[in-house]
Amino acid sequence: MIDQTLEPIISMVNITKIFPGIVANDQINLDLKKGEIHALLGENGAGKSTLMSVLFGLYTPESGQIKKYGSVIKIKDPNDANRYGIGMVHQHFKLVEVFTVLDNILLGNEPMQGPFIDRKIAKKEIIQLSNQYKLSIDVDAKIEDISVGMQQRVEILKMLYRKNDILIFDEPTAVLTPQEIEELMKILRNLKKEGKSILFISHKLNEIMAVSDRVTVLRKGKSVGTLWTKETNPSALSNLMVGRDISFEINKSSAKIGETSLEIKDITYLSPRTKKAVVNHLSFSIRKGEIVGLAGIEGNGQSELAHLIAGLLQPHSGKIFLKGKDVTHQSVRYRNDLGLAHIPEDRHKYGLILDNPLYQNLVLKKYHRSPFQKNGIIQKRKWLQLGNALIQKFDVRSGKGIHSLTRSLSGGNQQKAIIAREIDSNADVMLAVQLTRGLDVGAIEYIHSQILTQREQGKAILLVSLELEEILKLSDRILVIFEGKIVAELLPKETSKEAIGLFMSGGKAS
Amino acid sequence: MKFQALMSSIIAIILGLFFGLLIMIIANPLTAFPGFITMIGGWLNNESLRRLGDLIFLAGPLILTGLSVGFAFKTGLFNIGATGQYTMGMFAGIFVGIYGDFLGPLQWIFAFIAAMIFGGLWGLIPGILKSYFNVHEVIASIMLNYIAMYTVNVWIQGDESLFNVAFSKTRAIDLNAYIPTTFLRDIFDRSAIDFGIILAIGFSILIYFILYKTKFGFELQAVGSNRFAAKYSGIKENRSVILSMVVAGALSGAAGALYFLGKGSIDSGNQYSVGNELMSAGFDGIAVALLGQSHPFGIVLSAFFISFIQRGGYFMQTLGIKVEIIDVIIAAIIYTSAMAMLVKDTIIKWLKGGKKK
Repeated sequence: MIDQTLEPIISMVNITKIFPGIVANDQINLDLKKGEIHALLGENGAGKSTLMSVLFGLYTPESGQIKKYGSVIKIKDPNDANRYGIGMVHQHFKLVEVFTVLDNILLGNEPMQGPFIDRKIAKKEIIQLSNQYKLSIDVDAKIEDISVGMQQRVEILKMLYRKNDILIFDEPTAVLTPQEIEELMKILRNLKKEGKSILFISHKLNEIMAVSDRVTVLRKGKSVGTLWTKETNPSALSNLMVGRDISFEINKSSAKIGETSLEIKDITYLSPRTKKAVVNHLSFSIRKGEIVGLAGIEGNGQSELAHLIAGLLQPHSGKIFLKGKDVTHQSVRYRNDLGLAHIPEDRHKYGLILDNPLYQNLVLKKYHRSPFQKNGIIQKRKWLQLGNALIQKFDVRSGKGIHSLTRSLSGGNQQKAIIAREIDSNADVMLAVQLTRGLDVGAIEYIHSQILTQREQGKAILLVSLELEEILKLSDRILVIFEGKIVAELLPKETSKEAIGLFMSGGKAS
Repeated sequence: MKFQALMSSIIAIILGLFFGLLIMIIANPLTAFPGFITMIGGWLNNESLRRLGDLIFLAGPLILTGLSVGFAFKTGLFNIGATGQYTMGMFAGIFVGIYGDFLGPLQWIFAFIAAMIFGGLWGLIPGILKSYFNVHEVIASIMLNYIAMYTVNVWIQGDESLFNVAFSKTRAIDLNAYIPTTFLRDIFDRSAIDFGIILAIGFSILIYFILYKTKFGFELQAVGSNRFAAKYSGIKENRSVILSMVVAGALSGAAGALYFLGKGSIDSGNQYSVGNELMSAGFDGIAVALLGQSHPFGIVLSAFFISFIQRGGYFMQTLGIKVEIIDVIIAAIIYTSAMAMLVKDTIIKWLKGGKKK
């Protein structure tokens, strides 16, 4: 148990960090005591990573101060941070794949013997450190040959080798298997025992409850409180994390539900890299005239699930039925033509050919059909007609109309263009992934109303979103995905953000 | 837009020529200016029609290798293997040109088609490697350039009917295998010109049509611009990559046929000298495609220009200037044209500003 009255080793005072159009950190205060594990909890985009990047010198805040033992310090870059004993394990490891573990730890801090690196001394020191902190590693193995868990231990040793005593972990469990997570929890406790102070970013409640001493909750860039972990519980935390704001209700007619349009049966997908089941024996179905919301924290298999349904990935096992037909092994085009519209998660990578004119993007799902082509010859006049009709109907604004380079459109208008194209395809099933990410309020309202119109026309819609408000507002049914499995099926009227948030963090699953 | 593209190429050419002149002055100030004048057109003073005919003949294969590289560029691939495909096309052309005498007057057509098939197959290999094994087409094509050269050398040297040991060259092909020349030679004073140039220009129109007017071309370009979005929209991207390489290979193969099925200016044809050096034709195609900004019609213009300046270099040798200076100038033009594309807007502004004064 740490001393409550102890002076903090690091305090962040009134930190404000503004990105164009968004206040990522708004007057945040945070203090870290010596020998403490301090968790930072919040939804995606709440500002956790930004705050830690400020501490590590990756971002310069607009205002606010960082103090170490009460005196103000200036951290302009990670080298400064290192000098003040601050180390960070990033979500995506910063390791050289083809170097050995030893060389990765030394890199940037090599012990020199004249012009040569003295690996012998370093190796002894590192082995001693790994014993002291019970971090089992193979110093001579190459990074590309070792497990993700060991790579993480290498990152931790990198910090220890540099004698850092303030350790930041950015979502360290996101890439680990359950066993590796157990192992990490032990390591964190060991580090704490040896007197290190730890900042631990997570949105998984059970981990926070298991390992942290205190927890600071961020919501929409603001700190909503710091609590003693012992004195709180998962539902109180999830409550704080998602907020209590009552979502703006929209006029939604009651669902006129028809037959099943999309059925997912016991589908499994293994990550090609880690061989972990990213989608794990998952089943559900969607009927005509309903919007099914798929809620979950990023990286729990929803992106892969969407790609499996669209045909961009092939499942390891299981079946997908579209309008009663088994499409598991059918091409993307077959599914599109049979009746699947897809608003993709990454609109720049998948949704649009940014360097082509807008009208070519608007015809992208139709160009191969009559009358848009005849005997293999494209019918440009029809393409232009379609483009003009769509930008008018869906109010897509651009400098030179349909001849504008798609790249030159604003994010909201790019998304409107995709939605125009997908709605125009008049498919019976619509897959809508991160429908409104990064868009302004006006565009969001418009897109939501378009989706609801689709529902009224009897389309079956799967809405995959990280935004709980969006899910609650639009869905007729809510599924919660956690670690590749559906862990709950809820009705929006009978549930709350807090309850969903709990399921999303695996709260009731554990 | 098109005017701007043309202007940026022309500016690149002027800058490149200026750079070449500079090199020539450094090398030998006395011959530099006469040499330069010879290069930029002086060589056409004597026997002008005949020399013009040769220029046109030599532009044909350049158009086709340029189209080969340019077409691949448009579809997101870098076909550095044009030389290997050209070599394969040449072999097939010569083979049918010597063994295919039973084909009668159609012999040259079959030789030409065989060359396209061989070139296409040689493009198919890197296409398959890229699609299914994720091997970068540049690596695979460079290897295949050498494989093509050595394989063809072995094939030719192993066959008495193809190989003239005394000259270490291929034998002359049958008369029916020459691309027809008919009245063109009379117009151009018995030069090397034949109907190959019409074929080459025909191919550039065909490629333009495929790229900009067909569903197939739209798909290929979509894969080239964003393969993820192409896949998302239902295009089979692997198939597109393979087909694109096959088309590119067939064009380079056709270029090989176009040159080696040519009758030549002294009716002796063009023979392949067996050696251990890659033929430069494919690499010239890269220059042609870059200068022509990969547009099928731009490529025709740039092929004529490159042919013009290469012939100039050839005649410059009479003044004791090394023919390699032409390669330096072409390289300089490629560099400046790449830069011209970068600073196009500045140049356009500068041009407009100039007009106002």
